[in-house]
Amino acid sequence: MSEQNTAAIGTEEDHHHHGPDNGKGLMGYVKRWVFTTNHKDIGTLYLWTSCIMFFIAGTMALLIRTELFQPGERLLDPDFFNQMTTLHGLIMVFGVVMPAFVGLANWQIPLMIGAPDMALPRLNNWSFWILPFAFILLISTLFLPGPAPNFGWTFYAPLSTSYGPPSTDYMIFAIHLLGISSILGAINVIATILNMRAPGMGLMQMPVFIWSWLITAFLLLSIMPVLAGAVTMMLTDRHFGTSFFEAAGGGDPVLFQHVFWFFGHPEVYVLILPAFGVMSEVIPTFSRKPLFGYSFMVWAIISIALLSFIVWAHHMFTVGMPVAAQLFFMYTTMLIAVPTGIKVFNWVSTMYKGALTFETPMLFAVAFVFLFTIGGFSGLMLAITPADYQYQDTYFVVAHFHYVLVPGSIFALITGVYYWLPKWTGRMYSEALGKWHFWLSAISLNITFFPMHFLGLAGMPRRIPDYALQFTDFNVIATLGAFVFGFSQLIFLVNIIWTIRKGKPATGQVWEGAHGLEWQLPSPAPYHSWEKPPNILPHHPRENEPSY
Amino acid sequence: MPDSTKLEKNRKSVRHQTFIMLLIAVLMFGFGYALVPLYNVLCDAFGINGKTGGQTAQSVVSSVDKHRTITVQFVSMNNAKLPWKFYPYRKSVDIHPGENTRVAYFAKNESGKTMVVQAIPSVAPSEAAKYLKKTECFCFERQTLADGETMDMPLLFHIDRDIPEDVKEITLSYTLFDVTGTKKSAPPEQRGKISK
Ligand SMILES: [Cu+2]
Repeated sequence: MSEQNTAAIGTEEDHHHHGPDNGKGLMGYVKRWVFTTNHKDIGTLYLWTSCIMFFIAGTMALLIRTELFQPGERLLDPDFFNQMTTLHGLIMVFGVVMPAFVGLANWQIPLMIGAPDMALPRLNNWSFWILPFAFILLISTLFLPGPAPNFGWTFYAPLSTSYGPPSTDYMIFAIHLLGISSILGAINVIATILNMRAPGMGLMQMPVFIWSWLITAFLLLSIMPVLAGAVTMMLTDRHFGTSFFEAAGGGDPVLFQHVFWFFGHPEVYVLILPAFGVMSEVIPTFSRKPLFGYSFMVWAIISIALLSFIVWAHHMFTVGMPVAAQLFFMYTTMLIAVPTGIKVFNWVSTMYKGALTFETPMLFAVAFVFLFTIGGFSGLMLAITPADYQYQDTYFVVAHFHYVLVPGSIFALITGVYYWLPKWTGRMYSEALGKWHFWLSAISLNITFFPMHFLGLAGMPRRIPDYALQFTDFNVIATLGAFVFGFSQLIFLVNIIWTIRKGKPATGQVWEGAHGLEWQLPSPAPYHSWEKPPNILPHHPRENEPSY
Repeated sequence: MPDSTKLEKNRKSVRHQTFIMLLIAVLMFGFGYALVPLYNVLCDAFGINGKTGGQTAQSVVSSVDKHRTITVQFVSMNNAKLPWKFYPYRKSVDIHPGENTRVAYFAKNESGKTMVVQAIPSVAPSEAAKYLKKTECFCFERQTLADGETMDMPLLFHIDRDIPEDVKEITLSYTLFDVTGTKKSAPPEQRGKISK
């Protein structure tokens, strides 16, 4: 780790406001966070919100696994079990992965493109402060009379319309709020990236993390309104006499699945493209080589995003589609394996013959490449229409999407936090705790989710509180793994708090192989950074890339 | 370029782009709704969701295809434990394409109150749906029965002669839905659709 860049910040000294205005007493503190328009503050708020939600939804997962430890109705009422699976899914997707990536975007985009803040700082404040209200609405359903939403995170009609409990309306409004928040956040990201880049940073000189967020923001902008439309149709079906999904009135419940998955498939790329971006920053740093095939990485992200709009019906092969449609959705889905394969290939090539070191972020990144690929392969298996008839609604599907989301999105978030935490706090995390966190997580998540492949192939259906005796052994293993995984995440929390309080001071560059603009700032990054944009010099690392 | 003019230019383009992006969001919200008629048009065109369409077909007078016989099975279901008796008098009929056929379903309201119901048809295999032509059907209208009242509900139909050769058996199922108290704003097969 070098200190060569800490001196580059002379310009910051010219400004005489160094930190946030904390005001007086508790009210001053509250006001600072409620009214802040600073991208770093808002990034921090997003990340802590996501952290709290992670432990709430994680607790739900452990309740689910406890119930499934043994066959028979042991612990939870089946209806409550269904509420747990529903809320676990909804909160993990909308409350953990999405806000956490928005938090990374808020912190990193201005730092990495040399901008003083986001383009629309007040809108940014609003995007965040909508979230707590949405989650209070959603989680309050557990404490109100009557069941919470209990129809799975995909809230298929008519389960969620004709048969949905009254609390469904709370969920609908929560999703409206989350949609508004995401759309405003996406607008902000796009406006920032298009207008606020430092002079000399062309689009093809942007770090891949920035590219991945630019594309993700366009996805959000296109699909969140469709989801809002779907829940609005649900709302009017439930209360205002329309029959979008009600067969008695001439509607069709299968239509719901089409609208939902038109949102749902691009949504899975909202959850994973920023993860690709994080990997494309971290792997070159710890390989001490520029990213292999930068332009291929960018075009792979763009083509994945475009393809994601024409594959949605692979979630519903069994609803009774014409063969031609099934074939179309099967082939387009498989086509996505090509750009994804390019990404994996390029990460591996970046590591090839690199001077590798395995600090905690790199450990998580390498595990990401390996384990996410397993999730990708099971996705390919599910894409094969005739095979999907066997796998549909079994634990094989559960295994698949947990492999892409846990060692995929969640590991990428952890990677990003370990990688940039020294920049945010000015202190190094504990490498020892980080390694414990990594090894326990990596091993236990495989113990948790790998057996689910076998359960699914053997025919265990998903979303059931009880199961046939022959599934017991693998369920016992999965539950044990889940508890180890869940409690290992407390090490992460402890490590973050320890870093903030007691970590050793970090240098500006932090990592020996780190080259982006953010590493030219001191650590911690000053409250106001890049007020005078940096000049992108011709020897910017992107341009050192060998021409292949 | 001085910093202030550059900043002003920047602010303008941010405002302009924000407007465009908000427009995209609004259009995509509309697109979500546009999927509804789009879905119905595609399903009609390919006859893939088993709906038979509400329109009355002309009964045919001539050209019965005596070379083929198709078994039509009748199925009945009550939605959400609707307290009605509802079943077809005959479980199946063997008919030739083009032949007019009359069958009936029996219905009795055992709910203890007057109820309005709507029968929703579905055809399997779904590719046969558009060849099943109904001249007269109790599913064209809502049906009202007082408590304990019974009714024979008629169905007059034929099968189009163009039906693919490999279809030898068709299942026609009706599900009875409780629509008491909901207002009839449009014919049932039109509701929930934006246009058409
Ligand atoms: Cu998908």
